Amino acid sequence: MASTIRVRAINSGDITEVQALIQHPMDSGYVKDAQGQTIPAHFIQQLTFEYDGKAVFVADWGPAVSKDPYVKFAFKGAKKGDDLKVSWVDNKGASDATTAKIQ
Amino acid sequence: MSRTIGAIALAAVLLPATLIPARAASDADFKTAYAAADAAEKQAGALRNQWTTTEAALAAARKAAEAGDFDQAVAQAREADALAKASIFQATSEKEAWKALEIK
Amino acid sequence: MRACALFSSVLTALGFAVFVATALPPARAADAPDPAADAKAFRDYFVKKFPKVKLDDFVNGPYSMNEDMRKQWEEKEQFPPYEFALEAGKEMFATPFKNGKSYADCFANGGIGVRQNYPMFDEKEGKVVTLELALNRCREANGEKPYSYVKDEMASLTAYMAFTSRGKPFDIKIPADPRALEAYQEGKRYFYTRRGQLNFSCATCHVQSPGERIRAETLAPALGILNAMPIYRSEWSGMGTISRRFTTCNSQIRGVPLEPQSDEYRNLEYYLSYVSNGLPISGPGARP
Repeated sequence: MASTIRVRAINSGDITEVQALIQHPMDSGYVKDAQGQTIPAHFIQQLTFEYDGKAVFVADWGPAVSKDPYVKFAFKGAKKGDDLKVSWVDNKGASDATTAKIQ
Repeated sequence: MSRTIGAIALAAVLLPATLIPARAASDADFKTAYAAADAAEKQAGALRNQWTTTEAALAAARKAAEAGDFDQAVAQAREADALAKASIFQATSEKEAWKALEIK
Repeated sequence: MRACALFSSVLTALGFAVFVATALPPARAADAPDPAADAKAFRDYFVKKFPKVKLDDFVNGPYSMNEDMRKQWEEKEQFPPYEFALEAGKEMFATPFKNGKSYADCFANGGIGVRQNYPMFDEKEGKVVTLELALNRCREANGEKPYSYVKDEMASLTAYMAFTSRGKPFDIKIPADPRALEAYQEGKRYFYTRRGQLNFSCATCHVQSPGERIRAETLAPALGILNAMPIYRSEWSGMGTISRRFTTCNSQIRGVPLEPQSDEYRNLEYYLSYVSNGLPISGPGARP
């Protein structure tokens, strides 16, 4: 199974711009399926970007975030070629992580 | 003046219609009204032009009949019949009228 | 008496309206279909309506008509929402069936870069064959179950096939077969025919009102509208095929949708693709 995380981090000067796309159903718990059964809530609770052992971006999410969420942010202090670690944990305890090279 | 005439005319048209069901509708009334609506909807289906609102009214009629509310069931069936007939009219007139929209 | 007078005047008005609608004189001689002339007129109409939009840009739908939406989309395209589907489609396309054959065996050039040739007219069957139909027929011919036409797997497969054809101009052919011409004509008729309780035709939105808003959405021009298919719709929070687009368009105007890949939809796709001939494939696309 391919990773659920797509990430691209591009450094220019002091700023590293990060874009990530995460594959996740992000079910709110308020939607019914075709049979009229409620689809239980299933969403990412925490998304973390770590650089050099330190969290540079942490998002606490809830059921209101859309399916397959997209995130973009920038941070200072990273260099080209360094690693950026991305991980998420959802409300069912599932998780995924990946590491990207800063370009 | 003309508004008054209009109102009187409308009342004249509506009165007989509202006077007929003095008694509560029966299962037989529902079946008759539903059969007519269903036939019209089938005709619309043959013309490949059914409306979702007709389907919804037919479903509401069935549901009301199942619950024993035949007044409501008959009303819904008549609504469905009117909608189905309108969709038939649309499909029939569009057989030629679509050409007016074409880019040439 | 009064009621009678009112009633008859309504009848007269109705009769007059019907008369006017049917009595419009045809602009062209007789009813001889001329697809090439249609396509030119179709294209000219949009070019004239939107003089600032470059011809090839019509395939980008609402983004070609709204600067603000375009900026958001350009940013999104760096990380497009259809990426997961595209990747899944690529993998599915490369995975052989149980009998060892694969999708590539069903298509010219192994299925790579052929999207622009679909739908094509199959002279043996005498009907239009769309890409979605061809994919499911390929599956069935190889002993696999057909996919749902509206989303998921079908959208992923067509996304991959469109992606390998990006930039190639639509090249729909109408062979010298009276049935092909009739399929085209029927597609055109479907496109312009008003239906549903809201009394809309495809053209009501996509010819008369592209660039205008319908609630929160900006309507796409009909020219090049299929070039971007399949699409990731944020509104659907997922991918949708051409079949999905057609059926949801119908239900939105309160018409009961036809079966996906019914003759009407196949003909409609044939017409709509033909009049966009020459415009590049841009699918898979992303729309709000």
